Amino acid sequence: MSRTKTAGETGRAGTTVTAGPVPATAPARRTAHPRRTGAALWALPPVAALALVFLHPLALVVWQSFSPEDGGHSTAPYATVLAEASFREALTNTVLIAAGATAGALLLGPALSLVIAFVPLPGGRALSRFIDLFLAFPSFLITLALLFLYGSVGMANGLWTDLTGAAHGPLDFLHTPWGVLLAEVTYFTPFVMRPLLAAFSQVETGQVEAAASLGARPWRIVRTVILPEALPSLAAGGALVLVLCLNEFGIVLFTGAKDVVTLPVLVYTKAILDGDYTGACVVAVVNVVLSVALYALYRTLMSRTGGGARPRTGGASDRAGA
Amino acid sequence: MPAPATATPGRTAGPPAAQSPPPSGIRFDQVSVAYGKHGEHTVLDSFDLTVEPGEVMALLGPSGSGKTTALRAVAGFVRPASGRVLIGGRDVTGLPPHRRGIGMVVQQYALFPHMKVAENVAFGLKAHRTPRAEIPGRVAEGLEMTGMAAYAGRHPRELSGGQQQRVAIARALAIRPGVLLLDEPLSALDAQLRSGMLAELARLHRELPEVSILYVTHDQVEALTLADRIAVLDRARLQDCGTPQQLYRRPRTEFTAAFVGTANLLPVTVRGDGVDFAGRTLPVPPGDGLAEGAAATLCLRPHRVGLGESPHGGGRDTTLRGTLTDVQWRGSTHRLYTAVGGHRVLADVPELRTPPAPGEEISLHFAPEDAVLIPAGRAEDGAPHV
Repeated sequence: MSRTKTAGETGRAGTTVTAGPVPATAPARRTAHPRRTGAALWALPPVAALALVFLHPLALVVWQSFSPEDGGHSTAPYATVLAEASFREALTNTVLIAAGATAGALLLGPALSLVIAFVPLPGGRALSRFIDLFLAFPSFLITLALLFLYGSVGMANGLWTDLTGAAHGPLDFLHTPWGVLLAEVTYFTPFVMRPLLAAFSQVETGQVEAAASLGARPWRIVRTVILPEALPSLAAGGALVLVLCLNEFGIVLFTGAKDVVTLPVLVYTKAILDGDYTGACVVAVVNVVLSVALYALYRTLMSRTGGGARPRTGGASDRAGA
Repeated sequence: MPAPATATPGRTAGPPAAQSPPPSGIRFDQVSVAYGKHGEHTVLDSFDLTVEPGEVMALLGPSGSGKTTALRAVAGFVRPASGRVLIGGRDVTGLPPHRRGIGMVVQQYALFPHMKVAENVAFGLKAHRTPRAEIPGRVAEGLEMTGMAAYAGRHPRELSGGQQQRVAIARALAIRPGVLLLDEPLSALDAQLRSGMLAELARLHRELPEVSILYVTHDQVEALTLADRIAVLDRARLQDCGTPQQLYRRPRTEFTAAFVGTANLLPVTVRGDGVDFAGRTLPVPPGDGLAEGAAATLCLRPHRVGLGESPHGGGRDTTLRGTLTDVQWRGSTHRLYTAVGGHRVLADVPELRTPPAPGEEISLHFAPEDAVLIPAGRAEDGAPHV
């Protein structure tokens, strides 16, 4: 049977190919530059929109923070605001409450997530869905609910006064830093749980079972198998909560904690109550810098500890020759 | 009835030094496992089986036959609805997995991705609170045994599938278990690697003759190659159990005959001097408990069927005449598909220089001693106790 030889077969036989079609790379190179230009044109509208609605107002805030009321532009507003005791107190409150709430969420979140993910509970799936729903709740709603429960005339104190006949209940902490902390831990714990539950669902049952068959008790399995695999998700949830807590305003406002002034509350006070827009912009810039710095720190730590996307074992791509 | 545990696993090399032999041997005592709100879905039904110390027992069956459930019952990951599981003579039915002292290797290796190879192998030793000074030596021993010593510092993601499986085996063996559970350990590997790993597993078992191995597979080649005995499961029940040779040459049920190897299963009627098939009486040895006139199934392995008239005359003539419907060339053999009395008969014959063409009338024959008579519908009977 005869058949036509292909160019590849001729090449294998040792024939030198001296003529042929022009390589396809040449015209491709010629079209590369217009393509890049086209891509840039496509990117222009979203970048312009972003600049208009986000970067421009942010730039105005920064510009205003360098504009003293007596005219001109200088760093004098920063020197003034940073020297104020109220600013230092707000900064301290913000950092302490954010760190405390993050620590609380990082303790409570994994514990609750482990129960939901690994303990066969009736309604476990519904509970997991509720976590998603919880994320959509406004923060003031949680604070309001806590007021109903633990407020000075809330249910807990009402029960106490009914039982003991006392005039006042023992719980009176919601308008203190501890009340803000409780509200923030309650509200932000699901922000740690959501990525953790996703990470736990990716842990192979086989790994848990292999660990158990090798003699590991449940706590050792959690400590040495499950949590290390979920560490990037835990860190991501923690970083998110920390940044959100630094900027939280509604919870502090709704608890009615007058003595608990945080940076967002100070911005509100200076801008709306005192009419000090320059001072408010200085505090806002400090708040933004703090958030961005913490996010950068988180990214650096994650990249150094290899907490990014990790290839899993046993996948189809691993089924290579030994 | 197949012979009880008569197979003696190979013992060519001594085990690694151990303080005391770990409990070995497994016994399923009427184990039933059921799922569903009211236990209405039975996945393992009154399962009786004994795996002797040092024996390799393969659980062979199709998907959903209950073989993995049986293995998981030994591991402690499923709780039997009734019955007992014993390891080394000790009832472990109520024990949690971490207190059973078993090694387990699963299909997808289940290595811990955040740990290096050496840390994976050391995991079980740490969990068992092995003295700290002893761990590096035991890890090295396990990795040496599986040929993975050079990869101790790598992460699982840096290994191929075959290498990961070796690490999983080293990890399971490092704790020196008396019982090793292998759940389709080679099914994620390609055919060439699987063949190599089968030889590796056979070698490992020769080096660790005291370890009982329960090997779950749906691959009959793996079971026939590695196992001292094979338990065949279907529809949650034990159908048959015996040595690979027994099951292949003298299957007790139609299911075993069809599942272990390829078989011609021909409906016959028992007569005093043989069986009636396709209008003639074939001289085959009588089956166990088959009275004259009983319906039975004649099991003939295709490679035991020859082309041409029976060379035996008189009372040993087993010639079957039929029409060739198809011929397949398979390299060293030809497979002939022949219609005999309305039934299809397969014959695997050495490669023919001039094979007959479909539509031709041909003759086939077999040696009477190669035929096995199975009572019709034997697979539906109660489970055998072995």
